[in-house]
Amino acid sequence: MTGLSTQARSVGAGVAAVHAASVDRDARFPSEAFAALRGERLLGALVPVELGGGGASLFDVASACHALARHCASTGMIYAMHQIQVACLVNHAQASPWHRALLARIADEQLLLASATTEAETGGDIRNSVCAVRAEGERFTLAKNASVISYGDAADVILVTARRTPDSPSSDQVLVAVTKADCRLEKTTGWDTLGMRGTCSDGYRLEAAGELAQVLPLPFADMSAQTMLPVTHIVWSAVWLGIAADAVSRARAYVRAEAKRKPGTTPPSALRLAEATTKLQQMKASVLTAIRQYELACGSPELLTTLSFATAMGTLKVATSEMVLEVVDRAIRTCGLSGYRNDTPYSLGRHLRDAQSAALMIGNDRIMSHTANQLLVQRDGSGPFE
Amino acid sequence: MQRNLTPMDGGASNAGVVAFADPSDDALIEDIRAVLADCGGLAVEPARLAPEDDLYTAGLTSHGCVGLMLGLEERFDVEFPEKLLNRRTFESIAAIRDAVRGLLDGAAA
Repeated sequence: MTGLSTQARSVGAGVAAVHAASVDRDARFPSEAFAALRGERLLGALVPVELGGGGASLFDVASACHALARHCASTGMIYAMHQIQVACLVNHAQASPWHRALLARIADEQLLLASATTEAETGGDIRNSVCAVRAEGERFTLAKNASVISYGDAADVILVTARRTPDSPSSDQVLVAVTKADCRLEKTTGWDTLGMRGTCSDGYRLEAAGELAQVLPLPFADMSAQTMLPVTHIVWSAVWLGIAADAVSRARAYVRAEAKRKPGTTPPSALRLAEATTKLQQMKASVLTAIRQYELACGSPELLTTLSFATAMGTLKVATSEMVLEVVDRAIRTCGLSGYRNDTPYSLGRHLRDAQSAALMIGNDRIMSHTANQLLVQRDGSGPFE
Repeated sequence: MQRNLTPMDGGASNAGVVAFADPSDDALIEDIRAVLADCGGLAVEPARLAPEDDLYTAGLTSHGCVGLMLGLEERFDVEFPEKLLNRRTFESIAAIRDAVRGLLDGAAA
């Protein structure tokens, strides 16, 4: 086990688990867990070692997301979303002095990164923007009606998508790193939801001003294909796997307690547990396969931008977001009313509510429509197992 | 495979297919502009784009790429292999010309 995974397990079990119920009940940011993550310096895990970070692999980060989500899915999801933003900077902005300095600050000051990719006018379509970067000399201004900025209040830096110029078409986007000092946030909508309540995914009107050097050098479309899309689907899936894994743990504990009460017989609910475990294993295989595919393509813009890779990552998200619901459902069947109640060690209500968000975050229908379109031209790949 | 020397038009089995043995760069670029106009979904007229202009800056999307590629395959009677199915292949008219040229040369060899 890696150091990162061990540390995340410790924060998850020792801190996130303790506050998970109150984070969920009050729909509040998991501040205790993030204070602990900062204490362990885990917000800089992906930052290269030479810039003061942990130099972790995506495998390590995904395992940390999983370890946190086992105890508090909101904590795991916020950690995952932070790492997606850091990954974009690490993979695409190290040649830029401004962003290189920011990476060093992320490690040194344990800055928390958020993103503003959705917009009231475009909804969940993150590959089109209405707002635009307005350049004036070496500086820019940017105003965005962001329908969601998860943990916007708690974030130190926000990566914002916008059209390259006021004259650019909606699909010609850039990504701009905006620090809290550069921007004014006015809350427009709240976040009183079924699950993932601690992510505090409020809407904001964002107004930012800064140096043009804060615009990431690569077009957003390239970063999206090569890093944001694959890393998002992998770390989100790792979070959902964590929810599923904890549901199965609770179901296993329930069956064991039942078995102890009637030694010599296997409780009938054990069959449901076996089903849940089978699905959990399928889910884990999907996540690990995708991480392996990412590792094989990593560092090669050509491989990362092939249609077959994009399809693999999109279908990972669709598959794991459905599987987490199946696993939690089987775990609830296993535990019966003990899982249905909110006041037992086997309670699975929060797992079920948190898992319901999976199919909705970048809606599965949107991904499937996109995949269906791309399959019109896709060919067999030439890599291993293709 | 032997290719026709002149563009073919109207043949029942080749409706809409134009095949060349060795089209000039200019002829290729004009055909690519025609496909872009039909299938690219761009924000600007393809006729106003220089060969090196960035098509993504002109509004080409990944969805548009799929239609563009199907249109190019039909127009030039070629098939894009997996390794060409990425954003760089379609980033400019010149990039598309080079890809199509490579596929036509490969098919003729």
